[in-house]
Amino acid sequence: MAVVRTRGLTKLFRKGQVGAVVDVSLESREGEFLVLLGPSGSGKTTLLRMIAGLEEPTSGEIWIGEKLVNDWTPRQRRIAMVFQSYALYPHLTVFGNIVFPLKAVRVPKEERRKKAEWAAGLLGIGRLLNRRPRELSGGERQRVALARAIVREPSLFLLDEPLSNLDAKLRASAREELEQFQKRIGTTTLYVTHDQVEAMAMGDRVAVMNHGSVRQIGTPAEVYDEPADTFVATFLGSPPMNLVETGTVTAGFRPEHFLPAGFLPPQERDLPLRFRVGHEEYLGAERILYGVVEGGPFDGRKVVSRIAATHAVRFAPDVVYDFAVAERNLKFFDPGSGMRTAPVHLQ
Amino acid sequence: MTSGRQRWLGPAMFLPAVVYVIALVGVPFVLAFLYSVGDVKVGSLGYHFVGLKNFASVLRNPTFLRALRNSFLFTISSQVLVLIGANVLALVLKDAFRGRRLLRFLILLPWVAPVSIGSIGWKWILDSLYSVINWVLVRFHLVKPFSAPMWLGEPKLAMISVILVHTWHMLPFATVIILAGWTAIPRDIPEAAAVDGAGFFRRLFQIQIPMMLPIMNVAVLFGAIFTFTDMTVIYILTRGGPYDTTQVLPSMAFFTGILGGDLAEGAAISIFLVPLLVLVAWLMLRTAHRSEIA
Repeated sequence: MAVVRTRGLTKLFRKGQVGAVVDVSLESREGEFLVLLGPSGSGKTTLLRMIAGLEEPTSGEIWIGEKLVNDWTPRQRRIAMVFQSYALYPHLTVFGNIVFPLKAVRVPKEERRKKAEWAAGLLGIGRLLNRRPRELSGGERQRVALARAIVREPSLFLLDEPLSNLDAKLRASAREELEQFQKRIGTTTLYVTHDQVEAMAMGDRVAVMNHGSVRQIGTPAEVYDEPADTFVATFLGSPPMNLVETGTVTAGFRPEHFLPAGFLPPQERDLPLRFRVGHEEYLGAERILYGVVEGGPFDGRKVVSRIAATHAVRFAPDVVYDFAVAERNLKFFDPGSGMRTAPVHLQ
Repeated sequence: MTSGRQRWLGPAMFLPAVVYVIALVGVPFVLAFLYSVGDVKVGSLGYHFVGLKNFASVLRNPTFLRALRNSFLFTISSQVLVLIGANVLALVLKDAFRGRRLLRFLILLPWVAPVSIGSIGWKWILDSLYSVINWVLVRFHLVKPFSAPMWLGEPKLAMISVILVHTWHMLPFATVIILAGWTAIPRDIPEAAAVDGAGFFRRLFQIQIPMMLPIMNVAVLFGAIFTFTDMTVIYILTRGGPYDTTQVLPSMAFFTGILGGDLAEGAAISIFLVPLLVLVAWLMLRTAHRSEIA
């Protein structure tokens, strides 16, 4: 087991800045499931590839355990990586794929077989050992890729969007399985995804990336409830946080916190807002209301409200209702930098 | 209305190719077969069926046996060299670097240049008196003047020379095919192998080359059949000499049948190759097909 640490890690590409990484200092914890979350082109895969040794950093340091590994080949780093495409070796059987990392480090034949069977058993693919990758389903391929990754008992696990090639239904169950699996083997894991649901559900901590830098790192609850800047605030959550400029600050509140005045707990100090409902989206478990605030500090701003299906209140279009946000759920950001600032009293 | 026209359009478009193949491949082939079991000489008028007599006479001829052996030596060694060389070149050329386009163009040149012109160039390079190679060797005091190697005059050297020149000529084509094979391998796969702990040679021999086997089979199939049936380089450089030591079956068939006037025996020599080539082609196609479905 090991922790991975980067210091001022930077990778610049000649062709534009898509996928570049700028000055990332990140440290995982022992046995942690750390998710790198960001939109495409935010540099999360590049960061992972640098840690794997597949991409050479422009500057900065990579430490694995207590070793500076910048000049080490991928082979020397003793890590395992699962690729988005799974990158199974098409000409080898499942067994051949799984033992390949062991062969590469010259494990004796008998031990190779034992370890491969152990890994295959752990992932429930024992009966597939003689098949070729092309004869497997997407979910089976993903398991083979995982078995190949764990068979060497690596010190560090790198996963690059391993669920994105699965269909939606399979993805949900694979997500849970993968998380349980990581807890059981307890290997420090770096997981790249652009899917916030995956990140929130699986991560011990989430590092939110944009334009090559880490905007915030914290537990799923921290990054969701206490976003460090407007990017994190709007990237997480669906629909995203309402951001309204008012005077010298930007105020933000989550749609699920913007509710009809009667729904808020009575003791809360809250900010009453008049809300003219525009249109409603019915999503089964919840309803999304789009509309405009009338009067008060947010006059004329478009906002969104998210109301759980358990609140069976009808809203008519173009009618003004009394809504409110609890003051503790209001977050404030600097309009210039987008960074979080101290709370301001609005009235 | 168009259906009537369309019914004829396909065969009509096809016809020139069929005529071409029949006239230039089919007819000569049948003719060669008939000659090989007859007693035809240049200028003779009649045709008498003689059965396998020509083949029997050819098989008793020590020059034929040597040419047969040389054909194998020539084909196998040039194909091995081509395969190694093409893989090395493809490995170098697949990564982007400054001047790659120019290098690719230069490497392709021997293929685009007519064989005869290239071979005549080599004939001068390897000439016994004016050889630039010998001139360089002498200047660097690696050999003494007047005892420089006779590249085309000594049996072993002559064989090596024709093999190398033929390799030079075949290399670009194989390189292009193998380069295409390299680029068809997804980048993820060798990367996964690197992370899995495989070094350069393990990646090369256990991942990349096995993945390219079907394509390499195609390159070798074409190369082998082309080499087995070609005589240009040998004809220009050595004319089969010295003392028939670089004679291969196609050149011997040419010398016996066309220049020597014994059409029947020449035909027998060239027909001798056919079952062998069919076998080679069948084997290659089978392995290619197998690795494809496996």
